[in-house]
Amino acid sequence: MPDDANKIADPESNDRNYVVSPLGYPARVLGPGETYETVTDKIATVVLKQPYPKGWWIGFGISFALLMLFLYAVTYLLYRGVGIWGINIPIAWGFAIINFVWWIGIGHAGTFISAILLLVMQKWRTSINRLTEAMTLFAVACAGMFPLLHLGRPWLFYWLIPYPDTMGLWPQFRSPLVWDVFAVSTYFTVSLIFWYAGLIPDLATLRDRAQTRGKQFFYGVLALGWRGSAKHWQRHQSAYLLLAGLATPLVLSVHSVVSFDFSVAIVPGWHSTIFPPYFVAGAIYSGFAMVLNIVIPLRKLYGLQSLVTMRHLNNMANIMLATGLMVSYGYLMEAFMAWYSGDIFEQYMMLNRAFGPYGWVFWLLMLCNVLIPQVLWSRHVRTTPILLFIVALFVNVGMWLERFVIVVTSLHRDFVPSVWRMYYPTVWDWATFIGSIGLFLTLLFLFIRFLPMISISEVRELVAEHEEVEK
Amino acid sequence: MKPLTPSATPLDLKMVRVRLAGMSGRQYWRSLEELAQTKDFQEMLHREFPSQASEFTDEVSRRNFLKLMGASLALAGLTACTRQPMQQIVPYVRQPEEIVPGIPLYFATAMPFDGFGIGLLALSYEGHPTKIEGNPGHPTSLGATSVFQQAAILDLYDPDRSQAVTNAGEVSSWSLFLTTLINALEQQQSKRGAGLRILTETITSPTLASQLQNLLKKYPDAKWHQYQPTARNNAREGARMAFGEVVETRYYFNKARVILSLESDFLFSHPAGLRHTRQFTNGRRISKESTAMNRLYVVESTPTVTGSMADHRLPISSADVEGLARSLAQQVGVVMGSNVNASPADPHDKWIAAVARDLQNNRGASIVVAGEQQPPIVHALAHMMNQVLGNFGKTMDFTASAEAQPVNQVQSLRELVQDMDAGRVDCLVMMGGNPVFAAPADFQFAERLSKVKLRIHLSPGQDETSAYCHWHIPESHFLEAWSDVRAFDGTASIIQPLIHPLYDSRSAHELIEVMMLQPTRLGYDIVRDYWKSQIRGADFEQSWRRALHDGVITGTELQARQVQIKMSEGVPKASNRQGDKFANLEVSFLPDPGIWDGRFANNGWLQEIPRPFSKLTWDNAALVSPALAERIHVTNGDVVELRYKGRSVRAPIWITPGQAESSVTLHFGYGRTRVGRVGEGTGFNAYALRTSDAMWFGPGLEMIKTGERYLLASTQNNHNIQGRDIVRSGTVEEFRTKPDFIHEEEETPRRDDTLYNPEEYKSNDPAWGMVINLTTCIGCNACVVACQSENNIPVVGKDQVARGRDMLWIRVDQYFQGSVDNPRVSNQPVPCMHCEHAPCELVCPVEATLHDHEGLNLQVYNRCVGTRYCSNNCPYKVRRFNFFSYNDYRDESLRPMRNPNVTVRWRGVMEKCTYCIQRIAVTRITAKKEERRIGGNEVMTACQQVCPAEAIVFGDINDPNSNVAKHKAQPLNYSMLGELNTRPRTTYLAKLTNPNPELENQASKT
Repeated sequence: MPDDANKIADPESNDRNYVVSPLGYPARVLGPGETYETVTDKIATVVLKQPYPKGWWIGFGISFALLMLFLYAVTYLLYRGVGIWGINIPIAWGFAIINFVWWIGIGHAGTFISAILLLVMQKWRTSINRLTEAMTLFAVACAGMFPLLHLGRPWLFYWLIPYPDTMGLWPQFRSPLVWDVFAVSTYFTVSLIFWYAGLIPDLATLRDRAQTRGKQFFYGVLALGWRGSAKHWQRHQSAYLLLAGLATPLVLSVHSVVSFDFSVAIVPGWHSTIFPPYFVAGAIYSGFAMVLNIVIPLRKLYGLQSLVTMRHLNNMANIMLATGLMVSYGYLMEAFMAWYSGDIFEQYMMLNRAFGPYGWVFWLLMLCNVLIPQVLWSRHVRTTPILLFIVALFVNVGMWLERFVIVVTSLHRDFVPSVWRMYYPTVWDWATFIGSIGLFLTLLFLFIRFLPMISISEVRELVAEHEEVEK
Repeated sequence: MKPLTPSATPLDLKMVRVRLAGMSGRQYWRSLEELAQTKDFQEMLHREFPSQASEFTDEVSRRNFLKLMGASLALAGLTACTRQPMQQIVPYVRQPEEIVPGIPLYFATAMPFDGFGIGLLALSYEGHPTKIEGNPGHPTSLGATSVFQQAAILDLYDPDRSQAVTNAGEVSSWSLFLTTLINALEQQQSKRGAGLRILTETITSPTLASQLQNLLKKYPDAKWHQYQPTARNNAREGARMAFGEVVETRYYFNKARVILSLESDFLFSHPAGLRHTRQFTNGRRISKESTAMNRLYVVESTPTVTGSMADHRLPISSADVEGLARSLAQQVGVVMGSNVNASPADPHDKWIAAVARDLQNNRGASIVVAGEQQPPIVHALAHMMNQVLGNFGKTMDFTASAEAQPVNQVQSLRELVQDMDAGRVDCLVMMGGNPVFAAPADFQFAERLSKVKLRIHLSPGQDETSAYCHWHIPESHFLEAWSDVRAFDGTASIIQPLIHPLYDSRSAHELIEVMMLQPTRLGYDIVRDYWKSQIRGADFEQSWRRALHDGVITGTELQARQVQIKMSEGVPKASNRQGDKFANLEVSFLPDPGIWDGRFANNGWLQEIPRPFSKLTWDNAALVSPALAERIHVTNGDVVELRYKGRSVRAPIWITPGQAESSVTLHFGYGRTRVGRVGEGTGFNAYALRTSDAMWFGPGLEMIKTGERYLLASTQNNHNIQGRDIVRSGTVEEFRTKPDFIHEEEETPRRDDTLYNPEEYKSNDPAWGMVINLTTCIGCNACVVACQSENNIPVVGKDQVARGRDMLWIRVDQYFQGSVDNPRVSNQPVPCMHCEHAPCELVCPVEATLHDHEGLNLQVYNRCVGTRYCSNNCPYKVRRFNFFSYNDYRDESLRPMRNPNVTVRWRGVMEKCTYCIQRIAVTRITAKKEERRIGGNEVMTACQQVCPAEAIVFGDINDPNSNVAKHKAQPLNYSMLGELNTRPRTTYLAKLTNPNPELENQASKT
C-alpha cells in the first residue's frame, strides 16, 4: 500500500489533498488506500448497517411527504379532470409536459455515463454509474407518469399502444406521441435491465455478507444464483457490453423523439430542425447537473469521497460545461434562424420570448443555463463541491425553465392574435411537480438504503487496475 | 320596505348535511325526521330547488347546476308525458304522412322581443322543441334570428323558471289566486275599476290588445300602463315633433347608397334589426360584376354592432350628437328657423361638411337614422333631413305604429307611480316586465308599489318584482302558450306553442280572460276567436291553417302613409351644454347586448356570449375610453364608484377603444338580485343610476376610484392583429382598380406542390367548404348561439371563461386597427377551417381526428383520449377541450333541449366545429334514398342559417354551381394563414370598406 492508511479514516481529506495530473487536474479515480476490503466494506455497510444515518431518515421523511402530496394531487386530478391545472386553449400543455421533458432529460446522464462512457472505456464512470442508472430509472418513472396523467381520459392511455383490439384500430403512427410511447418504454426497459444486470454480482456480495436470514433471502433471490464463477463473469461481461451497446443509441434517440413532440408541430418556437441535437445536449446537461446534485451530498453523508473523487466531480463539471455550451449554441441558433427565416411568426415568437410577458422566464433561463455555468471554466469551482452543487442546481432550474419557455411561451402566442392568452399554473400544477420530485427522491432514498449505490464489483476492478498502475 | 318573501336563507342541503354529520344508524334517521319537522326543512321541501345558490357563486360548480337542471327536467318530462295536450297544436309545415320518430318537424311560430314579433320556425323532435330558426317568410326575420331568439329555447327549459303560483312567496294555487282576484275585481266593478291598474310591457299582440280594450270597457275607470326599459319613446316623440302624429319609419337600407346613423344601432338593437341587416349587407356585397357599395357613417358614443360596420365612425358624446345633427341639417338644407347659427363651431366641421356633401350627392338614395338613445329633436332633425334629401317614399316610408297603444312609456309609468303614491291603486296587475328592477330609479317604484293593496305579477321567473307582490303567477314561455304578435312592420303572426306548459303557468291572455269574470276560454280559443272575428273570408279554417303554416297572417302588414313635416316655426333652440369634457362626464345607458334589459339574465348561453368589442362574458362593466382611463389612471377590472344625481353604484372598468372620450357607457340588465342560479351575482345594476330625466344619457357623472379589483372574464385579450394578414381588407376603390389586390405578396403554396395526390377530393363526392364574407359580417353573435344550440355546447361559467376555456365552436374575433380612440374594426367569425392538410390530424396519436372522403375534418369523441396535441398544432385555435365534465352526459332528462343528433361530450375529450355534420348526414341519407347527388346548397350549417347578413355560405365546392363554389371563385377569396399550406376549406372574402375619399386621409390619420 503506497498511501498512508490514515487518509482513509478521514474521507474529507480526499477533497483537500488529491493527486493532480501534470496539467493540474485531479488525477485519481479512487482515493488513495482503497483496497478490495475497504471498497466492499464501505459500500456494503451503507446497505447492511443498522441503524441508518439520521440524514437518511430526514431525507426520506421529506421525500415521502412530497410523495404523499403527489398522490393527493394525482387522486384529485383523476377525480376532477385536467381542468384543475392552469392549462387552457391555446396553452393546452403546461407543467405536465414541461415536467415530462425535464425528467426524461435528467435520466439521460445515467445512460450516458453507464453506456457511452463504458464503451469509450472511461474508467472513472464506475464509481457513479450505479447511482446514475438508478437515477435514470427513477427519473424516467417520474417522466413516464406525466404523459399519462396529462391525458383528458388517462384511463385510456393504452390506446396509444399498438395492440390488437376489438375496435380494429391502431395508433396513428405519424404522431410523435406514439413514438414517445416506444421511445420511453424502450428506454425504461433497457435502463432497467442494464441496471439490474450490473447489480447482480453486487447483490451476490450483499447476500454473502448479509447477517440475517431475511436479508440473505432477499438478496439471494435478487442475485439469481450468482456464484462468481469465471463462466458467470464472462457471460456477465459480454451481456453487459451488449446492453451498453443497446443503450447507447437510446441516449441519442429518446430525447430526439421527445424533441419531435415539438419539432413536428407547426407552432412557431417548436417547428425547428435544431431540436433533436439541442434536446439531447440539454438532456445530458441537466442529467449531469442532477447527478452532481445527488452525488455531492451523498458522498459527504456516507463518507465516500475516496470512491467518488474530485476527478469525478471535475469530469462531470467538464461535461456539463461542454453540453451547456452546446445548449447555448442552440439558443443562439434559434434566435438566428428566427431572424434569418424572415418568417413573421418566428420572428415574433423570438421577440415575445425575450420581451413578452414571459420574458422574465427567458432571461432567468439565460442566467441559469448560459451565464452561471461559465464559472465552470474555473478549476477552483470545478473542484469545490459546494460551488459545483450550486451551479448544478442552477442548471437544473434553468433546464426546467427552458422547457417552460418552449412549451408555454411558444403556445401562448402563436398564429392568431385573438386567441393569445396567459398561462397561470395552479396550486395543483405545483403540487404535481413538487410531488414528482418527492417520488423521485423517495425511490432514490429507498435505493440507497437497500441496494449498493456504487458498483462494488466494478470498483474492485478499478482497485486492481490502480494497484497495477502504481506498482 | 322589505320584500314579502322572507329573506332569511332557507335551510339548504349543505346545512342539512352539516347537521347530520356525525350521526349514524337510528339516530340519523330520527334526526332526519326531526329535521323534517322544522319550518326550514318544510320550506326546503316546498321548494323544488333548495337554495343552493351558494354553489353557483363559484361557476366551476356549474356542473351542479346542470345536474339540478337535469333533475328538474326529469320531473318536467314526467309532467309533460302524463298530461297529454288535448288541443290540436300540430299543423305541419312540411307535410309528412305521419310522424316518424327521429324525423323532426318544423312549426312556424314567433317570438315577441321588445314587444315586436320575430317569425320563427321551431324544430321539434317528438314533441319537444330543440332548435329555433328564423322564418324566411316573415318580414323581420327573413330566415335569420338574433342571439335572443336562438337562446329562447334555453329559457323554456330553464329549471329556475317559477313553477307554481305563489302567494307572498309561499306556494299557492291558481284557484286560491282566482278567489282573491275575483273578490278584488268584484269590488272594483262597483267602482268602475277606479282602483284597477294594468301594467304591461310594449304590446303588439292584437288579441291581447282587444282583450285589454274589453277589460277597459268592463272597468271604464281602470287604466292600462305600459313600461319597458327599452321602449321607443324618443322615436315616437320625435315623429310627433316632426309630423304631429306618431308614425314609425320603415327603412329600405338596400336602396340607400349613403347612410348616416345618429347613434342608431339599427342593425342590432332595432325591432327590425334583422331585416335592416339583410338589406344593409345586400347593399355592401361586392363582386367582379357589381362594385357598388353603400357607405355608412355612424356617430355614436360607444361602439355598437352598427358602429363596427361604419366606413366612417365618429365617436362623440351622446349629448353632442344633437349639435352635430343641427349643423348637418343646416348644411343639407333644412330650414333651421330663428336660430340658424345657434350651434357653436364644431370640431368635426370637416367631417360634417363631407357627410353633408355625400348625402346631398345621393338625394333620394340616402338615409339619416336616429337612435332611440337620442332625444326627440334628433329624430325630428333626421326626419327633416330625410325629407330635404328626398328620401321619403324612396329609402323609407312611414306607417302607423304596430304597437297596440303607442304611448310615452316613461310618462305612462310616471302616472301609475303617482297614482300608487296617492293610494289610488287598489289592485295592480303586472303582466310581464320587472318594474321593481327596471323602472327609473327616481320613481322609487318598489316603495310606491307597496302602497297598492293587491299586487299581482305574471312573469316567467321569480324576480325582483315578484318579491314585492302578493301573488306571483308563472308566465308561459312563448313556445308553450298560444298568442299572437305583430312585427315592426305590422305583420301579425300566430305564436304557436310546441309543447304543453312544463309547469303550472298561464299566458297573459289567460290572465286577462279571468279578469273579465266570465266563463274562461283556453289560450287557443282566445287567440283563434279573435282572429275568427278578424279574418274575413269564406273559409276561416283554411286561412287559420295557412297562417299557422306560414307563420304570418297575410294582409296584416301596415300600409305606408303620407306624412308632412309640421315644424313650421323651425327647430327648437338647442340647450347649452359646454364645459370641460372630462370634468363633466357623460353617463349613457344601453341594453346589454347579451342579456338585453335583464330578462335573459338567467340564460347561460346569453351570459356567455362574448359581447361585441369587449368580448366580456358574465358581467357588464363601465365602458370608458382609453383617453379617460389614462387620465384617471384606471385599468380593466378596477372598481370605480359611479355617482350620478345622488345615487351611486360600483362598477368595474372596461377600457373600450372607440368609446367617446368623456362618455361612460353602462349596459343595464345586470345586477339582478332575484334571478335564477345562472344570473345570480353577475354584473352591477345600471338601472340604479337611470332616472326618468336621463333615460339614455345625461351629464354630471362622477367617477371615484375605490382601489378594489374585480375579475372580468373576456374571451379575447388581444385585438391587435400584429401586422398579420389574418384579416385582409381594402377599399372598394382598390378592388375596382385591381380586383385581386388582396393576393399581392401572398405566399400560399400551389396545390400541386405536393408529393401526394393533388387531385385529392376532386372526385364525384361532395367536398364541403365554407366562405365567410368579412365585408358583411356585423359581429352580432347570432352564429355563436345558433351553434351552441345546434351542437349541444355546454356553458362553462365565468371562472372557466376567465381561465380561457370557453367552449364556443365558432367565435367572432374582433381586430382593431388605427388609433385606440377610434379604431377601425374587423369582425372575423372563426369556425373550424377543415383544413385539407390539417395539422391537427397528424399529431393525434390515436387517430381521433381524421378526414373523411368529403374533406370534413372529423373529431371522433369516442376515440379521443385528450392529449390536446391537436389543439396545440391548430394554427387557428378552434378546438375546444372538455377540461372538466362540462356536460352531465349521464343525465337522461337533459335530452328535451338537446339536439338528439349530436353527441353530448364528456370530460377529457376534444371537440370543435363539425360543419354541422349531423345536418350533412341527414341530407346525405335523403339524397341516397332518392339516388341523387346532394345539392350544392342543400345543406345549411346552423351558423349559416341564422346569419342575418348571409355572411356565411356553405356547400359543396365540387359543384361549380353551388353558392360556395361561386364565392370561392371571387377574387376577394383568401385562405387565412394559407401560407402554412393547411389548405383550409373555410375561406374568407376580404373585408371591403367604402370610405369617403374626402375623409379618407382624416380617417387614416385618426
